Amino acid sequence: MALQSLDIARRSATTTPAPAARQTTEVAKLIDVSTCIGCKACQVACMEWNDLRDEVGSCAGVYDNPVDLTAKSWTVMRFAEVELSGPNGGRLEWLIRKDGCMHCADPGCLKACPAPGAIIQYANGIVDFHQENCIGCGYCVTGCPFNVPRISKEDSKAYKCSLCSDRVAVGQAPACAKVCPTGAIQFGSKEQMQDVADKRLADLKSRGFDKAGLYDPQGVGGTHVMYVLHHADRPELYSGLPNDPAISPLVSLWKGFAKPLATLALAGVALGSLFHYVTKGPNEVSKELEDELEKEES
Amino acid sequence: MIRNPKDLQRYTAHERANHWVVGISFILLALSGLAFFHPAFFPLAQLFGGAVWARILHPFLGVLMAVSFLAIFFRFKALNVMTPADQEWLNRVGEMVDGNDHDMPEQGKYNGGQKMMFWALALCMLLLAVSGILLWRAYFGFPVGLVRFGAVIHAATAAVMIALIFVHVYAAIWVKGTIRAMWYGTVTRAWAKQHHRAWYRQVTGKS
Repeated sequence: MALQSLDIARRSATTTPAPAARQTTEVAKLIDVSTCIGCKACQVACMEWNDLRDEVGSCAGVYDNPVDLTAKSWTVMRFAEVELSGPNGGRLEWLIRKDGCMHCADPGCLKACPAPGAIIQYANGIVDFHQENCIGCGYCVTGCPFNVPRISKEDSKAYKCSLCSDRVAVGQAPACAKVCPTGAIQFGSKEQMQDVADKRLADLKSRGFDKAGLYDPQGVGGTHVMYVLHHADRPELYSGLPNDPAISPLVSLWKGFAKPLATLALAGVALGSLFHYVTKGPNEVSKELEDELEKEES
Repeated sequence: MIRNPKDLQRYTAHERANHWVVGISFILLALSGLAFFHPAFFPLAQLFGGAVWARILHPFLGVLMAVSFLAIFFRFKALNVMTPADQEWLNRVGEMVDGNDHDMPEQGKYNGGQKMMFWALALCMLLLAVSGILLWRAYFGFPVGLVRFGAVIHAATAAVMIALIFVHVYAAIWVKGTIRAMWYGTVTRAWAKQHHRAWYRQVTGKS
């Protein structure tokens, strides 16, 4: 797909511009945690559309099933039972979050990936893995601030949610958004989704959720999967959603300006050696010493 | 080729073989590692049958280099202990590089620069081996914070080590009569007397 596409914003391990003749609208998926009922229809739809059948796991004692993202489970519902203290006394809340790729505007996976074209960011904001170019090094896992990519044990390729890039390319909503029975998952342009979120937030605030807010973390340039959270001041309540996610400074150092500089330094050492030889000449055994020892030996 | 029986033995066959196992594994590691270092070097992965094979082979080559370097390390460790004479040699290394080595302090089997190279490479090997294991996802699964740290250490150390090896190789090319010591083990007496006079005295008993 990526090879024929004219709307690529960024391509992994590529230092020249990607084909960008076509401009597309930035899209977003909005997950309203406050209206999610945890039915897992989204997980089923994801399996169906992407034709993935993960191994049947075992019950971990909670509703989470499968318990984690895998190479074949690109989205999972995470259930958190949280006791909140407040002016009206403590109360229990069941916070359910659909986990999966956030499709960052500044994707750590793409930044870390050493394989040209294994990770593509389309102009619409979708970050897609192209497994045929994946070399299985796992650098995307190292780069991701959300712990999303998974390396398959079977083929050593990295997998994650594609935001149904194939559906979106033909004007369809992702499978999970299509199937969600409560409308907790919606899909459209990023602008539209922000408007929808605003309405939801006004409603939540009128119901006493003062801290309700939209999760669109700017540390990664914003995301193309956004959450409406009733406790936006404490995203970590939602099964460890990062508070202020950003690409680790270590990853930026590792993949940033240091490497071109190191490459130049290496070229400098190699060329320096060459020119040292050319200007100073070889370090030969002196003729004097050679003659002296020859005399000694004879 | 008939060689002079008066030549001095500098390296045994075992030492030479050991050196070349390290050398070959280093070259293969540098080529495959650079492929993942920066996109400019990615085509080097083709030398290994593609990038997936380069990714699979690189860590095994790393194990080979680490183990064979460990053998080298124990073989030559005692000969690389720094002495005050080495310190003086290092203080005056500028003259040496300038091509004027007549008044350099007398050196044993290794000069101060070679000893520095030895210890620097040993440190690089240690850092590369430890950080490499952190990155070896096929067999290990370390916390992501540690892996990120390992990735930076691995890449930085590798760059330093490639530069050190450039210097190592160039020094051998620059000082004529040196490379044969690593091919077939001997050097001429004149070579030894000029570059490693204390060693020359020690092995020949002459002044």
